[in-house]
Amino acid sequence: MLRDLETAIVELYRKAATELPQDVRAYLRKSISSEKKGGLAYFTLSTIVKNVDIAARKKKPLCQDTGTPIFFVQYGPNFRQKQLKMIIEKATERATDEVPLRSNSVDILTGKNTGNNVACGIPVIYFEERDEPGVEMGLILKGGGCENVGLTYKLPNLELQATRNLDGIRRCVLDSAQKAQGQGCPPMIASVVAGSPADLIAIEAKRQLFRSIETKNSVPELDAFEKKLTREINELGIGPGGFGGKNTVMATFVSLVGRHPASFFVTISYFCWASRRAILQWNNGSAIFTS
Amino acid sequence: MGYKFFTMHHKLITPLTRSTVLKLHAGDTVSLSGEVITARDRAHIFLLDNCVENNQKFPFSLQNGVIYHCGPIVRKNGKNYEIIAAGPTTSSRLEYCTDTLIEKYGISLIIGKAGMGQKTLAGLQGKAVYCAAVGGAAQVLAQSVKRVKNVYKLKEFGEPEAFWVLEVKNFPLIVTMDAHGKSLHQDIREISQKKLNTFLGI
Repeated sequence: MLRDLETAIVELYRKAATELPQDVRAYLRKSISSEKKGGLAYFTLSTIVKNVDIAARKKKPLCQDTGTPIFFVQYGPNFRQKQLKMIIEKATERATDEVPLRSNSVDILTGKNTGNNVACGIPVIYFEERDEPGVEMGLILKGGGCENVGLTYKLPNLELQATRNLDGIRRCVLDSAQKAQGQGCPPMIASVVAGSPADLIAIEAKRQLFRSIETKNSVPELDAFEKKLTREINELGIGPGGFGGKNTVMATFVSLVGRHPASFFVTISYFCWASRRAILQWNNGSAIFTS
Repeated sequence: MGYKFFTMHHKLITPLTRSTVLKLHAGDTVSLSGEVITARDRAHIFLLDNCVENNQKFPFSLQNGVIYHCGPIVRKNGKNYEIIAAGPTTSSRLEYCTDTLIEKYGISLIIGKAGMGQKTLAGLQGKAVYCAAVGGAAQVLAQSVKRVKNVYKLKEFGEPEAFWVLEVKNFPLIVTMDAHGKSLHQDIREISQKKLNTFLGI
């Protein structure tokens, strides 16, 4: 049974690495016609859509950078964290061989690649207990390019004239998009979280990447704020691949957590157009995959 | 900025002579055939150390050659290597040494993602060009790789960082930094910075 869970996680890796979620696919397909026919943005989006189709058909990774695996796990009373961690690590080694994935875990001191995507702290796993039996595993494959353009700001920021309010957050987000240019593989998803301490908002920004780009923010004020940010980032004109155009971000997600009275951080985590996420529901030996 | 996109499409075959390089302009598109060598962070350190200090002979030549910023997924299929996925990686990480490598090795074409800076643009003048491949389009690009001719430093550097010598056919590229001082990346950055300043009122 546990060996079956391991196999289901290998399948979760395959789904995440080779198939984009429906909402992202729909956006990419639709966005082509918004760019000037024959231009570089049009060429880039057409190439991306072609790439998505080939990867799904051949069941091969969308991108050669199969990213850092990040798991969000909710487990019922019939599971233990240590046991699940071991199964995930074993499945990661197998997925590296079987999907295949590129090995993306490097030792800082020796410079050696471990070759199997398992290293100290990798894959990243966030556990949460739940009352219902079974286990749910959300997996994102976070590419290095888009991870590198993520930024954390501390407010107030004099250079950006950013104070501790929504407009201050807006200034940070726009500045980060300008700095990113084409490096994070636009059109991207911008996941924004404000609050403190810094580790909390970093994790929440990753968790937020499971949101569908077709959903609304449940807080009306933040929903309007998200739409404004998306519009303004796109008006910067950076465009698909950074070659100029209208589609720099597919969506912006914003959430706010509490903060220490002295601290106010804003973090932006970008997800490349290959926004790879997949979810496994495991119960009584049966596996259901969603995204 | 007055770019005439797709004014020219070039079909190029390696090695690329200086006169070919000089015909290319930012905004043009290219279908590249011939030999391409992947090199990213570790490979660049190796090239830099060996050319400057030891002038070591390499098993491959970069004279009029092509460097591709790429860490592919490769698997062994019988005796041969098979490219599973091969899109570009972010080029700006290699900004510190690319001008030196162009000078020392006589490289004609750099392929990567999202462009490079002023130091590289200066290094390209009269000698070489930078072409962008579509980031993440690893399957489309892998289709243009016909075979792996050779690999160097695989054990030492690992799969993403090794030198993979690839034979490509009609590899689709965009010229974004030319040998005449024009950079599409720089132009886009200036336009977006102006817009940002308007938004921020600074």
